[in-house]
Amino acid sequence: MSNRKYWKSIEDLNRSPEFVKKAKNEFAEEIPIEKFLSNDALESSKTPRRDFLKFLGFSVTAASLAACETPVRKTVPYLFKPEEVTIGVSSWYASTFDDGADFCNVLVKTREGRPIKIEGNKFSSFTSGGTNARTQASVLTLYDTARIQGPHQNGKPSTWKDVDAAIESKLNEAAAAGSAIRILSASVTSPSLNSTISDFISKYPTAKHVMYDAVSYAAIHKAHEQTFGIPAIPSYDLSKAQVIVSFGADFLGNWIAPIQFARQYAQTRKLSNGKKEMSKHYQFESYLSLTGANADVRTPIKPSQQGAAIVNLYNALASKAGVSTLNANKVSFAKNIEKAAHDLWENKGKSIVVCDSNNPNVQAVVNGINNLLGNYGNTIDLTNPLNIGQGKDTEFTNLVSEMKEGKVAVLIMLNTNPVYTTPKSLGFEAALSKVPVSVSTADRLDETASKCKFVCPNHHYLESWGDASPKAKLFALIQPTIYPLFNTRSFGDSVLKWTGNTTKYQDYIKAHWEKKIFPTQSTELLFEDFWMKSLHDGIYEVPLAAASSVTWNFELSGSASEIAKETGSELEITFYQKIGMGIGTQANNPWLQEMSDPISKVTWDNYITMSPAEMQKRGFNTIHEKEEKMNTVNLTVNGVTLEKVPVYPQPGQPEGTIALALGYGRTMAGTTANNIGVNAFSLLGLNSSGFISYYSNKAIIANNTEKHMVVTTQNHQTLMGRNMVKETTLAEFQKDPKAGNHTEMLAISNGHEHKKVPAHTIDLWATKENPGFAKPGLQWSMGIDLNSCIGCGNCLIACQSENNVAVVGKDEVRMNREMSWIRIDRYYSSAMSKEKAEVEKKGVIDMYHAMEVPEENPQVVFQPLMCMHCNHAPCETVCPVIATTHSNEGLNQMIYNRCVGTKYCANNCPYKVRRFNWFKYFENDQFNYNMNNDLGKMVLNPDVTVRSRGVMEKCSMCIQRIQDGKLTAKKEGRELKDGDIDTACAQSCPTNAITFGNIADSSSRVSIMNKEDRSYYMLEELGVQPSVFYQVKVRNIEESTNQHHS
Amino acid sequence: MYEAPIREPLILGDKTNHDITEDICRPIEGKANKYWWWCFIVAVAALLWWVLCVAITVGEGIGVWGINNIVDWGWDITNFVWWVGIGHAGTLISAVLLLFRQKWRLSINRSAEAMTIFAVICAATFLLTHIGRPWLPYWLLPLPNQFGSLWVNFNSPLIWDTFAVTTYFTVSLVFWYTGLIPDFAVIRDRAKTSATKFWYGLLAFGWTGSSKNWQRFEEVSLVLAGISTPLVLSVHTIVSMDFATSVLPGWHATIFPPYFVAGAIFSGFAMVQTLLIITRKVLGLENYITTLHIDMMNRIILVTGSIVGIAYITEFFIAWYSGVEYESYCFINRATGYYWWAYASMMTCNVVSPQLFWFKKLRTNITFTFVLSIVVNIGMWFERFVIIVSSLHRAFVPSEWGTYHPSWVEVGIYVGSLGLFFTLFLLFARFFPVIAMSELKTIVKSSSTQAKREALKHGHSHVSHH
Repeated sequence: MSNRKYWKSIEDLNRSPEFVKKAKNEFAEEIPIEKFLSNDALESSKTPRRDFLKFLGFSVTAASLAACETPVRKTVPYLFKPEEVTIGVSSWYASTFDDGADFCNVLVKTREGRPIKIEGNKFSSFTSGGTNARTQASVLTLYDTARIQGPHQNGKPSTWKDVDAAIESKLNEAAAAGSAIRILSASVTSPSLNSTISDFISKYPTAKHVMYDAVSYAAIHKAHEQTFGIPAIPSYDLSKAQVIVSFGADFLGNWIAPIQFARQYAQTRKLSNGKKEMSKHYQFESYLSLTGANADVRTPIKPSQQGAAIVNLYNALASKAGVSTLNANKVSFAKNIEKAAHDLWENKGKSIVVCDSNNPNVQAVVNGINNLLGNYGNTIDLTNPLNIGQGKDTEFTNLVSEMKEGKVAVLIMLNTNPVYTTPKSLGFEAALSKVPVSVSTADRLDETASKCKFVCPNHHYLESWGDASPKAKLFALIQPTIYPLFNTRSFGDSVLKWTGNTTKYQDYIKAHWEKKIFPTQSTELLFEDFWMKSLHDGIYEVPLAAASSVTWNFELSGSASEIAKETGSELEITFYQKIGMGIGTQANNPWLQEMSDPISKVTWDNYITMSPAEMQKRGFNTIHEKEEKMNTVNLTVNGVTLEKVPVYPQPGQPEGTIALALGYGRTMAGTTANNIGVNAFSLLGLNSSGFISYYSNKAIIANNTEKHMVVTTQNHQTLMGRNMVKETTLAEFQKDPKAGNHTEMLAISNGHEHKKVPAHTIDLWATKENPGFAKPGLQWSMGIDLNSCIGCGNCLIACQSENNVAVVGKDEVRMNREMSWIRIDRYYSSAMSKEKAEVEKKGVIDMYHAMEVPEENPQVVFQPLMCMHCNHAPCETVCPVIATTHSNEGLNQMIYNRCVGTKYCANNCPYKVRRFNWFKYFENDQFNYNMNNDLGKMVLNPDVTVRSRGVMEKCSMCIQRIQDGKLTAKKEGRELKDGDIDTACAQSCPTNAITFGNIADSSSRVSIMNKEDRSYYMLEELGVQPSVFYQVKVRNIEESTNQHHS
Repeated sequence: MYEAPIREPLILGDKTNHDITEDICRPIEGKANKYWWWCFIVAVAALLWWVLCVAITVGEGIGVWGINNIVDWGWDITNFVWWVGIGHAGTLISAVLLLFRQKWRLSINRSAEAMTIFAVICAATFLLTHIGRPWLPYWLLPLPNQFGSLWVNFNSPLIWDTFAVTTYFTVSLVFWYTGLIPDFAVIRDRAKTSATKFWYGLLAFGWTGSSKNWQRFEEVSLVLAGISTPLVLSVHTIVSMDFATSVLPGWHATIFPPYFVAGAIFSGFAMVQTLLIITRKVLGLENYITTLHIDMMNRIILVTGSIVGIAYITEFFIAWYSGVEYESYCFINRATGYYWWAYASMMTCNVVSPQLFWFKKLRTNITFTFVLSIVVNIGMWFERFVIIVSSLHRAFVPSEWGTYHPSWVEVGIYVGSLGLFFTLFLLFARFFPVIAMSELKTIVKSSSTQAKREALKHGHSHVSHH
């Protein structure tokens, strides 16, 4: 035992008598409890007035404080953290967007396991890091509430087990009975899927795979089969072309592989002080397409003249080549054909002629032209053809007749919605009802799926494994970026299941790649390494074989005489695809519905485009204003009538023609898309070769008394002689790289003499010691090359996706309240100019009135515009609460929390780039778009605040990306490099028109670009010192553009 | 002191001091007549409409208005500037005319000051409702706060506005109240019920009517007049800077401060005319507010209207002379563009119509003056509309050109603000002495007037008196 003694205090140690006495008590000091309790006041239950008021005050305050508490939102932490997911850090996956209509190699940005942004994949030689608006928007389609949540049977939810059992038994029955089984799909470029389909066909020998594209390129296929014996769509290389002639092909917007073509095209259009050559682009078309808007020489033609135009071009070249000419009708625009022929002949082997016709006769002559020019093997490659657009119209029409005859027992459909996309005259819907077992794999109960016995919903591509091969020897992978949201199954798995193969589709793809693709390379020894590399890159390319020469083996005279039979009428119609909507697959995507059409700037609608002169002739309203509705007509084409189609004035639309966009008028796509516009597919018909024709030489319009509101994001069409957009001609640019880029001068006096100085050098704040603010470190800047920008609008959706920009709906767009942070201003040229007014001695009022009217066949310019991040920002000085400030990196920042919404900044912004939250755009049933449901909100970028009502917002130059880039560099202990940070708009620009970087770094791309003679700041003379600059647009035309100021 | 016999008396009807007291106190002490009730019912109805429209705006967002990302200010700021402008006449009459010893002001200064205060209240309602987050207007005040070192932006004209308007309101209110004190004391002393005695006693602030009281009263009035006078110029100068300091063509103009001040006085006097012509009729004050007063005010309207007209012409001249493309287009567009009718209305109402006041017959015609005073205020409303909307709707970048149409809610708030104004004014006319009776008594010279009249009757050409 220890003798140790423990004590609590000195008193305890000493054990004095007082201590011992006190230690017995519970409390060392006596507490006057008795005294307290004997207080009479305690016993009285009276509450004096003052106490009452105190209690009242306390409880009211307590209650109101409790009520003020922000609602608690619970988050569930990861119990086991997935290896790839770190909260707040994004993961990137390479994948591929291939919905049968669009193809794009992409990178998918995921945050906390949710894909939130699509970017271009720079590893791909096919799309080279570019995307288009539809690719950008595809991430929102993943979170569409209209998606079907599991398999359906006879219109009722079912289970995969039941559905599979039923389908398999039907398949077996059909195979046993020898009746036809058909797989109908849009073009399938996937090698693995094609392999599963062949497996399926070998299991069920009565099966056949029919491909049908809503917008078909079958004639190109057919023509190459006829002329060269190679049934394929060649790959085109526009980057090698010095002269590009397009007959209606909107290769920058929708034709075959627009992202790739846009990149190649832009390469031929880029200019610098060192590079002073650019391609020449002729466009002959029947509506003002995006491509036509970019053309140097655009010739409006009637659709019925297209064939004749092409034969005339052939003849012009044939006479130069000394071969026999063809029988051709005369055309009124022979001069332009002659010019095009001249330029083409000068650039043999370095030119390209393309055409959107779905008539094999016409395409055969186009092939003839390219053959005469020796373009095959140079700009056109038949050895490594494209796999996009393999649909064959004749096979499809045969299928429809089979179905009508009741010969098809089982019809399985993938990536296709024929009830919606086929011409009404074809009678697909009736034919479908005769198919006993119809299976749709659509992601929603669309027009077709709702009429099918079974719906086996396919994964969205972001949930799915897959592969694709847009072009021979180019293989892309699709990998899931999120666990399937619903009880869906990838089509590959479905086919494997129905084939009786128990392999997962994911493994099937891997096996297929191991067997077929791995052996084509030698750099990786192990398949696993090859697989991981391909998965990482998202793409694997077998080195291309040089294009071998092809042998012409066709007599064109037959085609020419067929073409010569073509007759016109007083009103012809062209059907086209809009840049946002395409064939309408993603119609329920509010971003795409609200995206303004690059040409007309109309949103939320399709409409008949008609030349303003013709509209006036027919007594239609040509004034488009937000309180003014447009006239509507009943449109009859191919015996089908659409009622109440609005007519919209479109400069550049040839007289005697109209055009109508496909992809609208969905009825079963979801609440956003339903009943927006009219379904132009229903008006289509077949041409003499049995191919679906995208024009008709006879359209009948009858006035309807009803009027329709058409809304646009841009109300004024011309530049009014202002110098926001500067342009010049190639010849002038070659003479003087500063052509068209004259600095605004201002006369000043120093007290003795008057002299002219550049207006922007006059600075209210500058002193002698400090002639401009020193800008050390980082100064963010952006350069936009107006010669590269094709106006495609990819940046609009990229920005919307990156920055959680709200969709506001049609009526708010009408009110000029669209929220997009970046817009693309589109101006038509006007016949009037200041110079002309001077010559004609026109008064200034008359001059301005005349300037408002676009030319009949206008030249078009596009100007992307976002916050200019002015260094002397007028918005910053006027904000009373300092809610918009300047960062030391040259950014104009919006502090949403501080904004009270006086809107003074927006009034004082010369560029009008500020956007106000007029309403609460999220969780508001009045704005029932993606921000109004939990699923749709998953697309939001957690790095960007969702703005509340009553605050101003605008482009931040993707400040979240800037911060992310800076932090990454800091963590890696290095300096920020040029290219580390890219804004959303710049990253995926298919033409690389936008360059972002630090202008304080003299070696950055943006600095180098800034020093070019073509660079200019918009409205520089105001002295606001913008951070965004433009480069003068150069047109490859002879005549002067008369646009610049002296 | 010599006084011309032909000089017209400032008030008519040979009023004695007692008469004045009786006449001015009658509306307060008696029952309201049916005209008052009718006006009051209409005004309160409009006020309730205002409450509804403001509730919708605050509840839903200012998206319920017609303003948009091209024209971010519309009727809201038009109405704000219009009301602030109207508020100018009161201070001008009471302060500037006091300093210049213009005695004729005494019949009208009280109601003009009341009008000022109510007009500024109306103006303030637009400042509060037009902002995106109307629950945060106090952020415009430099209040100590817990947001860190967050302060207001003293560079912003809106902050100047905040100061200018609050200062103006405070000073006007104090000035007005000071003037009311002796009159409240009169009512107190005449009160027959204890409630009246209590309330007016409270308002009278212990006024005894002693010489010391009067001396202090005179001094305070003079001091306040001195403080108010620069405010007459400063408030609208600062309001004009909301526009003048911007970069927008049509706004960016150094002529704005004097032009706005002249316009404000112009519209303020017109509003005083409108109100007084009604008041004198309804309250039977024809002897106090005479043709002389109306004539005087019409002269001021004529002068300020002409100044405004010259300003309009100068703007056009400068737009052309500057050679700035955007500026000249802005003015061409103003006169010939989408909103030409607003411009035409402004020119007709503000420049052409006041010129009719060169004719004395029209200047002294009460019906004509009444009509014209309304015309002037319509014109001045259009002036602000033209400046704001026609400049914004077609600014620099043609792609962002558009139009603006007010929604019913915006119109409702405007009509409702008139309701608010008239409700307040009618309550004022019912419970407060509408004429500064104590001060007015200082110009009553009943005996000398009688003597003059006698003398004239007996053929004497001159009368002198001390």
